[in-house]
Amino acid sequence: MAEQTIMLQKQLEEKLALAKDVQELEQIRVEFLGKSGLITGLLKGMKDLSIEEKKTFGQEVNVLKNTAADMIAEKGEELKNAEILAEINKMPEFDISMPANLERGSYHPITLVQRQCEKIFKSMGFTVEDYSEVVTDYECFESLNIPKHHPARDMQDTYYLENGQLLKSQTSAAQNAIYKKYKDALVNDGVPIKAIFPGRCFRNEATDACHENTFFQMEGVMVDKNISISNLIFFMKTMLSEVFQKDIKVRLRPGFFPFVEPGFELDISCLICGGDGCPSCKHSGWLELCPCGMIHPEVLKAGGIDPDEYTGFAFGLGLTRLAMMKYGVKDIRDLNSGSLKTLSQFTDDE
Amino acid sequence: MFLSMNWISDFVDLTGLDKMELIARFSLSTAEVENDIFQKGSDISGIVVAEIKEISAHPDSKKLHLLKVDAGDGKLTDVVCGAPNVRVGMKTAFAKVGAKIGEIDITPRDLAGYTSYGMCCSEKELGVSDDHSGIMEILEDVPCGTDVKEIYDIDDIIFEVDNKSLTNRPDLWGHYGIAREFAALAGRELKPLECVSLDKYDSLPKVDMKIEDKLCQRYSCIQVENITKHISPVNMRIRLFYCGMRGINLLADLTNYLMLEMGQPMHAFDSRKVEKLRIKRFDKPFTFKTLDGIDRNIDENTLMICNADTPVAIAGVMGGLDSEIVEDTTTLTLESATFDAVSIRKSTVRLAHRTDASMRYEKCLDPEMTVTAIGRFLKLLTEIDGGVKVVSALTDEYAVKYDTINLEFDKKFVDRYTGIEIGNDTIVKTLKSLGFAVELCGDEFKVTVPSWRATKDVTIKADIIEEITRIYGYDNFDINTAEAPLYPVRADVVKTVEDRVKDILVKRYSLHELHSYIWAYYDEYKALGIDVEESIKLINATNPNIETIRRSIVPTQLCQVKYNTAYANDFGVFEVGRVVEGLKSDNSCNEHKKLAITLFSKTKTYEQLYFELRDMLAVVADDINHQELSFEAMEATHSYQHLKNLNKIFCGGTEIGEIGIVHPIVAKKIDKKAAIVYTEIDMEVFAKIENAGILYKEPSRFPEMEIDISFVSEKFAPINDAIKAENSPLIKSVSVVDTYTDESGKSITVRLVFSHPERTLTKEETMAIVESVTLRLEKDGILMKK
Repeated sequence: MAEQTIMLQKQLEEKLALAKDVQELEQIRVEFLGKSGLITGLLKGMKDLSIEEKKTFGQEVNVLKNTAADMIAEKGEELKNAEILAEINKMPEFDISMPANLERGSYHPITLVQRQCEKIFKSMGFTVEDYSEVVTDYECFESLNIPKHHPARDMQDTYYLENGQLLKSQTSAAQNAIYKKYKDALVNDGVPIKAIFPGRCFRNEATDACHENTFFQMEGVMVDKNISISNLIFFMKTMLSEVFQKDIKVRLRPGFFPFVEPGFELDISCLICGGDGCPSCKHSGWLELCPCGMIHPEVLKAGGIDPDEYTGFAFGLGLTRLAMMKYGVKDIRDLNSGSLKTLSQFTDDE
Repeated sequence: MFLSMNWISDFVDLTGLDKMELIARFSLSTAEVENDIFQKGSDISGIVVAEIKEISAHPDSKKLHLLKVDAGDGKLTDVVCGAPNVRVGMKTAFAKVGAKIGEIDITPRDLAGYTSYGMCCSEKELGVSDDHSGIMEILEDVPCGTDVKEIYDIDDIIFEVDNKSLTNRPDLWGHYGIAREFAALAGRELKPLECVSLDKYDSLPKVDMKIEDKLCQRYSCIQVENITKHISPVNMRIRLFYCGMRGINLLADLTNYLMLEMGQPMHAFDSRKVEKLRIKRFDKPFTFKTLDGIDRNIDENTLMICNADTPVAIAGVMGGLDSEIVEDTTTLTLESATFDAVSIRKSTVRLAHRTDASMRYEKCLDPEMTVTAIGRFLKLLTEIDGGVKVVSALTDEYAVKYDTINLEFDKKFVDRYTGIEIGNDTIVKTLKSLGFAVELCGDEFKVTVPSWRATKDVTIKADIIEEITRIYGYDNFDINTAEAPLYPVRADVVKTVEDRVKDILVKRYSLHELHSYIWAYYDEYKALGIDVEESIKLINATNPNIETIRRSIVPTQLCQVKYNTAYANDFGVFEVGRVVEGLKSDNSCNEHKKLAITLFSKTKTYEQLYFELRDMLAVVADDINHQELSFEAMEATHSYQHLKNLNKIFCGGTEIGEIGIVHPIVAKKIDKKAAIVYTEIDMEVFAKIENAGILYKEPSRFPEMEIDISFVSEKFAPINDAIKAENSPLIKSVSVVDTYTDESGKSITVRLVFSHPERTLTKEETMAIVESVTLRLEKDGILMKK
């Protein structure tokens, strides 16, 4: 009987060699190992054999069964690998050198610079305030120690509205409201006032590459029991070094602004030449950047804060100017132009 | 204002100090110095006094002369000279061979056939005046060969301070005040001004003068006779010229000199024209001819100097032509006065005429200065012209005294303001050097502000801090962070939401953020067919195109879209900006912060674009507030709104804005083919809507069951309402998988997903829900599609 099993195994070998895919392999498996397959069929001829022969033949068939199963499994593995390989080969090679599609949105450059400044001040515990664009004469001038007919009003050409209100000419217009908002916490709970307020300002003047009637400033104030000039210089230097991501030298000069006393003009070492002198700093090594000072006692008083008890500093940073310096924008009018050719370049700058 | 270091050095000895460094310190401690500092005379050398000994005419030239000059070197030098004023015996400034004048090196030079061994110089060539009419005549009795720099102050350092930097410092409008600053900065003594004592004239008759209007704070005058000299000394003229003024005649030059030295404007009248000096205003307007020959309109608010009832000068601004010093003037009346600063400022605005005098008066000049200035004037005048005779007593009416200001503070106050340690000695020394009277008792300071700082500049304790710290030098400050207790910082809700919305629009939807102006653009609106709607206006807009404040961002944004149609086939822009929606009941502007988005597409249908925008808003609402949006059709009321598909937007039940399509008239003007949709949201309302929060649901471990059903319906809303009305906890989600139109109309296929948290659902229980929904819809006439 052994020749029968040997023949069947040979037959299986031949068929397996020809099998091309998993489906054909399954057919072969059924043909040989199925319930009524060839190998099981061998057992049908056993009834004429002796008990001893039956035992031997049975063992041979079982061995064949196992061998056949192994052979089929092995072939199956082989076919699967071949299929994966075929799939791999089918995948084309992409030209990754093709230009990338960079289409995405953009922020207004003022938003970017404003966010950078806000981030720095938030990290130092300052609140970020929002304020209206239309304000009263009291907010913009009176409360800031600039009474009617004060020459300082000549310095700013203000847009007045029919109802007597005006478009704020400086972010300082928010100071009074900020003091009133936080003075109770200051006086009752000892919470220092630390606030910045970025906002849009308006001046009634002719526009050119360097002048706009609409621009952004960021005002900052800090009020507590012992706020000093030393603190003011520290905060300005720290903030500006963070904004420009390098150690900035600052210097203060006396400057006259009615809402601060002493008042300063703050210069920073020229960003282009580092202080050696170049055309962009008119060879002085310094750039005039922002007015600042110790909040005038009358201004604190108008905000409901006792100037004998508290002191504070205030500064006004030109966000528009900062954005222009930071990104090298030459014409200020580009910022309000709405031109996507210009503005779509400012994707993100955290 | 130009300032001369020589002049300053008259009053403070700066020997041995680096002048340029002092100027730099002045810039940091007092007032900003302009970048260009002029080293006058540095480009001039080898110019000597020489006498013209012989003159002969040039044979071929009418203009040129052949001179032999004595330059003090023991010989006569041949010089060819074209100046018309050459004269034998005249002494002039002579540039020898080897001398330098600016860029020119003097060498022997052939002029029309003759060699010139040097050059006779005009004042202009020496840079000491703009006179180029002839060569300079030297009247001083000095030997030939003397370097001109030995007799004239040609060498000087001139620096400029912008007038704007001095607006709050009346004391810095003359060299003496500037010298006080240099003395304080250098730690050197300020010399007193040398003046003639006026007491000796007390016995002479007074001038008939009266202040009839207290806008004149103080009026001091004196009369002088017998002035014989008419030309100012060269050195005086050089200083005036270096400081930007021209020499005119001795009297005019002296008043200018005094003004530049002390900051006190003065005026000289012909005494015959001011026999009864009265200072007053007139009831009626009139015209008045000032000394520049111009007729000026004077109104009843303008303070005038008068001879009885005849005006002779506009107080503090300019003298009149009729009372000016003339050839036959023998006696002059010298005015030195102070006037109300605001009144002078208003006069100059009305007259549209600002003078060197009015500029100073506007700053609130020190009234104590008027008499000193007369004493100083007479000192300088008698030095120049010894025969001058004073013929009146000093006549001085002091109508409005400045308030003496005394300030008291202690060391702690200074420490608290500065944040650094500045010793009591330094404080006292600094304040005294600036002219403050200081008394120190322990740590308590009593300070009297000097008159020249007390008119408006230094009035409160904080002003004293500035005096101490600016002289101390801000560069010398130790800088320190503040000590302050820690408290949580609460972010402004609207600002936070604004930032997050911007991030979604930029990062997820690739929109571009723009800024537009707060006013309507008339011309641009007109070009697009958008009406400029009635709204509050600016009253002083210089450009009528921008006088109306916008009520909505949408139209200004559409103007910007128009500007960008060539940028790309598809783009979207947004702005978070402010608008004014009329007035509130208290007459103040009803200002709102809005978000406007416009999508523009040449490749998508209106429907696609509209839904893109709708989904964008739904994502924003879900992201920021975890709230759903709903919509309600509204009527178009603005010229840019399409009549269809205009919807109010509600978020969590609150109306937040509108979404719509741009009116075809406007859209076609922007681009003939593009679809344009827009939305505008009130950011303040939206930001304050309650955040529903994330509602976590544990996913069921048992299989979900999906059932798709189609209904014949124009709208999804009724189907959704019917499903919601079931209020079944088994319905996990509802979505639309298809919409199609056939002979029975529009059909919508919805997919319901069911699941139970604790077991597998049976088909029966889900079908029961579906049937119930179907029944509800049947009642409303919406049938299930078989």
